[in-house]
Amino acid sequence: MSEIPGDLKFLRSHEWARIEDNGHITVGISDHAQAALGDLVYVELPEVGDQLQAGNGAAVVESVKAASDVYSPVSGTVVAVNEKLADAPETINGDAYGEGWLFVLKPSDRAEFDALLGPDDYAEMIESEEH
Amino acid sequence: MLNQTILNATHRAQGARMVDFGGWDMPLNYGSQLDEHHVVRRDAGMFDVSHMTIVDVRGARVREFLRHLLANNVDKLKTSGKALYSCMLNETGGVIDDLIVYFIDESFFRVVVNASTRDKDLDWIARQGSRFGVTLTERRDYAMIAVQGPTARSRVHGLLSADGSERAGKLGKFVGAEIDGMFVARTGYTGEDGYEIMVPELDAVTFWSRLVGAGVKPCGLGARDTLRLEAGMNLYGQDMDETVSPWEAALAWTISLEPADRDFIGRAALVTQQSGGVAREMIGLVLDDKGVLRHGQRVLTDRGDGEILSGSFSPTLAKSIALARVPAGAVAGTLAVDIRGKALPVRAVKFPFVRDGKPCAGI
Repeated sequence: MSEIPGDLKFLRSHEWARIEDNGHITVGISDHAQAALGDLVYVELPEVGDQLQAGNGAAVVESVKAASDVYSPVSGTVVAVNEKLADAPETINGDAYGEGWLFVLKPSDRAEFDALLGPDDYAEMIESEEH
Repeated sequence: MLNQTILNATHRAQGARMVDFGGWDMPLNYGSQLDEHHVVRRDAGMFDVSHMTIVDVRGARVREFLRHLLANNVDKLKTSGKALYSCMLNETGGVIDDLIVYFIDESFFRVVVNASTRDKDLDWIARQGSRFGVTLTERRDYAMIAVQGPTARSRVHGLLSADGSERAGKLGKFVGAEIDGMFVARTGYTGEDGYEIMVPELDAVTFWSRLVGAGVKPCGLGARDTLRLEAGMNLYGQDMDETVSPWEAALAWTISLEPADRDFIGRAALVTQQSGGVAREMIGLVLDDKGVLRHGQRVLTDRGDGEILSGSFSPTLAKSIALARVPAGAVAGTLAVDIRGKALPVRAVKFPFVRDGKPCAGI
């Protein structure tokens, strides 16, 4: 299990969010989530311009084993999606917190981000799930 | 409490991701299911299938009993070691289980049934067998390792005695033999050549390690599932069950209606279904678009809805394939699958989808 970067925040459903210098928020799934799903073979992303609500389905990641909904950690407007994943979904398996990002949002309410789980709380949560 | 095979600790030591598979704690993968799939198509991989149920059936009337019990005809088995795939049906023609039966001698046949159906199968076989005076012995003293792939046989041969290696090399497809204290059968569930090897439990960990040393890669049940789906092989409980007849499960080739006087269980129902025509049929599907066909998705046809039975991403074809049950005749019309509310067009194809490492024609 790779180290969880300290600048990330999490949903209990294993999505991560990172606030960028321009205030936009990048979203992906955790390393724990990619490991549980196994080899990813398909990713369905939102479209640029879509309005997302915090906690609602925003994307789908499919491994050989299963399809899994990805929920948006915060509300906002999609400003970028990771087009490279269409041909290389396995990027998420290799680098969930980096090159495997899913989409970027312009958030409508910064407070939603602040309320997400911190990296230590998330690490503790997955630890307790495993025991 | 989950059942464990004798290889459980070995799997864990080798880094397997374990999963509850029908009450058994089994390896799903050892890292990458895709890598494991490809190694079986290109080289050699192995699976712990010790959870499967081996039953020795003995008695003076054992052949007569199996002629009655099974929809395929054990009279096709004439030489010792020869195997036959068959369905075991109930009186209404529904599939209780699918199995492999080996002919050893006229008083001894060996049957291998699914793990998930063990209890009901043993009950049914014992009940049907009582009036034939057969005895059943479950062989929990055997572990079973499936070694599969284009180089699988030669890698196994290197671990056998000189005599054993020579005898294994001469085994025809779907034939097994007692070799070096193991039962080595040239069978499998991947569409590749290879062996399924019944090995005494006490020797299983050592034999597994020797296979690793011979270059055979441990593979989990995840890869086993994508391999068998590509090979167009049914999975009991997903592709057929007691509510489905073999006619509706693309298993007509396993039904032996000749000779007409062989009175097997389910025969009358099958004959009636055949003359009346069955309402549903099983077909193969390919999704050329991006997306993954999954069990339970709705298949939209001109004749009404069908459903995806086994569906997955096919690692060999790099697109999704499935077995589906649809209304009879629907295959001639347009077909689509409802994936999260979107109707994606799919193509009906003949299966197997992949054989001996290569995509089949038309896929």
